[in-house]
Amino acid sequence: MSADNAIVLALCVPLLTAVGIQLAGRISDNLREAVTLTGAAALAWVVWGMLPALFAGARPEFTVGELLPGIGIAFTVEPLGMLFAALASGLWIINSVYSIGYMRGNKEKHQTRFYTCFALALSATIGIAFAGNLLTLFLCYELLTLSTYPLVAHKGDEATIRSARVYLGILLCTSIGLLLPAILWTYHVAGHGDFTAGGILEGHIAGADVGLLLALFVFGIGKAAVMPVHRWLPAAMVAPTPVSALLHAVAVVKAGVFSVTKVIVYIFGVDFLFATPSSGWLVYAAAFTIIAASLVALRQQNLKRLLAYSTIAQLSYVVMAAAVLKPLAEIGAAVHMVAHAFGKITLFFAAGAIYTAAKKTELGQLRGIGRRMPWTMAAFTIGALSMIGVPPTAGFVSKWYILAGAFEANNLLAIFTIIASTALNAIYFLPIVFAAWFYNEQPGGTPHGEAPPLVVIALCTTALLTLGFFFFNGPVIELENQLVEGMLP
Amino acid sequence: MDLTPHLPALQVIVPMLSAPLVLLLKPRGLAWAGATAASVLSFAIALNMALIVVDGGRLHYDMGGWAAPYGIELSVGAFSALVLLIVTGAAAAAMIAARPSIDRQIEAGRQPLFYSAWLLALAGLAGIAVSADAFNIFVFMEISSLASYILIAGGPDRRALPAVFKYLIMGTIGATFYLIGVGLVYMMTGTLNLADMEARIVNVTDINPILVAAGFITIGLALKAAVFPLHVWLPNAYTHAPHMVTVFLAACATKVAIYVLIRFDFFVFQANLENHSLQFSLFLMPLALMGILVASAVAMFEGHIKRLLAMSSVAQIGYIILGASFITEAGLTAAAAHMFNHALAKGGLFLAIAGLACHYRDLRLDQLAGAARSMPWTAAALVICGFSLIGVPGTAGFISKWLLIDAAMDEGGLAWLLVAIIIISSLMALAYIWRIVETLYFRPAVEEPAPGEAPLQLLLVTWLVALANIFFGLFPQFPLALASAAAQLLMRHTL
Repeated sequence: MSADNAIVLALCVPLLTAVGIQLAGRISDNLREAVTLTGAAALAWVVWGMLPALFAGARPEFTVGELLPGIGIAFTVEPLGMLFAALASGLWIINSVYSIGYMRGNKEKHQTRFYTCFALALSATIGIAFAGNLLTLFLCYELLTLSTYPLVAHKGDEATIRSARVYLGILLCTSIGLLLPAILWTYHVAGHGDFTAGGILEGHIAGADVGLLLALFVFGIGKAAVMPVHRWLPAAMVAPTPVSALLHAVAVVKAGVFSVTKVIVYIFGVDFLFATPSSGWLVYAAAFTIIAASLVALRQQNLKRLLAYSTIAQLSYVVMAAAVLKPLAEIGAAVHMVAHAFGKITLFFAAGAIYTAAKKTELGQLRGIGRRMPWTMAAFTIGALSMIGVPPTAGFVSKWYILAGAFEANNLLAIFTIIASTALNAIYFLPIVFAAWFYNEQPGGTPHGEAPPLVVIALCTTALLTLGFFFFNGPVIELENQLVEGMLP
Repeated sequence: MDLTPHLPALQVIVPMLSAPLVLLLKPRGLAWAGATAASVLSFAIALNMALIVVDGGRLHYDMGGWAAPYGIELSVGAFSALVLLIVTGAAAAAMIAARPSIDRQIEAGRQPLFYSAWLLALAGLAGIAVSADAFNIFVFMEISSLASYILIAGGPDRRALPAVFKYLIMGTIGATFYLIGVGLVYMMTGTLNLADMEARIVNVTDINPILVAAGFITIGLALKAAVFPLHVWLPNAYTHAPHMVTVFLAACATKVAIYVLIRFDFFVFQANLENHSLQFSLFLMPLALMGILVASAVAMFEGHIKRLLAMSSVAQIGYIILGASFITEAGLTAAAAHMFNHALAKGGLFLAIAGLACHYRDLRLDQLAGAARSMPWTAAALVICGFSLIGVPGTAGFISKWLLIDAAMDEGGLAWLLVAIIIISSLMALAYIWRIVETLYFRPAVEEPAPGEAPLQLLLVTWLVALANIFFGLFPQFPLALASAAAQLLMRHTL
């Protein structure tokens, strides 16, 4: 199988899975779940199968068609997109296992629609990861927004629909109102929007316009949740937890920071931005988001909302790392996408497990729960430590690279922000962990045990991945080294 | 026998002569078959001509062998070919799909009359597009207008009568203004042939009557084209007309008026009047922008699905006028391309609504809640065409919006305002299409949901149009070639 065909397969497998789920859903639930798992496994097999070619330096391409001269739908696989696709497709398998346990454990309705939209969302995610130009990226970005709307609105009651509208409204308005003009502007001045190593805008745009265009991109890509375009993420927490776990901790939000990073690296060009002072505001915006979101997280009482604000902060780590504009920091941005994904999906899995087993959602209810759900809380602890960046967890690796990049650029603001937010992370995560293990349960609660086995298996796997990434991150670093080749140190 | 030189004449003659013939076809179904055959044949003729003129060529025909300026000249260039494709395509698609819907709305005895009026409307609209003579354009305009009054009032909905009366009054005023303008130009130049007018107007010493004529013609045609704020006849006429008539007229009727407006202006006035281009832009651009914003805003809060889309038509007409008001090749290309793409999107939307109407008598949004569950195919086609209307990449609507924005960016100081307005109105389009999607898909169904899908015949055509929206979004070469040839042709006539 050539790598070019693999792109088509990677895009089609989730689509076919969605069709299969619809058909199988009419026959039996077990068959439907089998289709989901098979689809997830097939996608991972296809995507991971492209890795050797990428390590060898290949850049597989596939062009769907050219609409107008210079404007087409095309896909190209490069290291950053490869990493994102591999991450999303791999975690889809684990998440599917978890979903089955969660959805059955909670007796959710409309499960066929749920799995279908999930598969569609994955297809859009792969499309974003492999997009070869801005237009393709935009198209897949919007598909991802639309396909996740039914997932967020899953419960279907008034309050849920209202939140889902906020979700949809913010994401669509920012993307059409800001991202689309940015894309049009880019095409207009550069003549095309292909992602090209070293960027395409140098010589076509200068001065304050660079900062303005960058702002249109960063705030237009609302999925990156840079403040003030972050409100949709807490709103999305009304979705069932598997959605929050894979989509609003991995696929959707990573699609945002991935797109920002890709625009910085392949459209502006890192060296061009570094030489243009008007782009400097981005580090400040990201730093503000990190600190502000962490402070808001401190005040949350609901576990999922706390995780959402923590995600907002962590996403801006990636944006800030990309905005530091140094090779090591760019690697750090890529690595942090992976590290945060492992840690945050574990935390969401644990939150969902607690809800399934005990119907508890608030922080105050979690005292002493470690004794009833030791596996879940052990995984939660590992995830929390990774968020803080304590070795031996994944979070440490990425923070190390981002810090190294910040020192390289002599960016004191970035260094200070990382240190301060590490402290804040510790302040809002450690008390939860401490209370869960060492406090006594409030009297009068109903006794319960662990969540369904499928749920526990899934969250233990991701917890192990969080630990394992600390030791085995070589391939990721090697792959992303290709990203920064030829960049000024 | 080679019919190619006769194509421009056949384009009008086929539907016009079929009109009385279908009256004779009393048995059930035959009238429909006859009208369908004539519509499809017209489409084939239009397609044939489009293939000939796509390279910038031109087809001439002198009626009865009498050469212009004394005889009647027919002429088909890229711009007219594009408009003919839209008109005949809309008529053919709507006619093939029409039967189940017409059977529900019009009693069997009156159907031959109805189909006859349909063919007359088609003949009139096609006649406008092939005429090279200002007075013939007026005659065909009257034929098409009278026939469309009949079509709109022909359904079971009595509310169509006041709507059509309003349309009749305003349409007549528009036609009269046009005729006054043509009369003034005739008075000063002594000719009715457009090409001849262009040649002779240079020698006119007293320019004032020509200026007055330009004003009358522009306003008269703007009335016919429903350019904001002269659009008030349109929403009710489209809403209460029989559903298939809405498909036909919404796709092409106003576009033909815009075609005459642009063609007359560029062929006769642009090259000959000092500062005319500036006046043309200053008059039409603000109207286009206001139309885009106001009509989109009204559509966002409209409760009846047909009136919602009719208001959206007013906004879309604004896009076409906006592109033309740039007076650049890029702008005119965008305008011509948008005529084609909007016809595809709006035609598809109204086809899907005709499908919904087979089971839902009341087409207010509240009554359509949850319809996607019992009519999934119709709803899906509606969503595809809706995306095309918004301008989602991968659909036809995206192509023309992209071209329009690209053309707007060359407008110097105004560029950002124009781009901002186009983007904002796209967001508004998204809002009103999303309201439909949410109603159909996510709201709990009404008490009496539809028993099943739309009739197969209607559904197949709806999907054909929906897929055409995607096809021309991915492979827009042919309509774009026509549009850019049309724009080049028009720009040759400017100063």
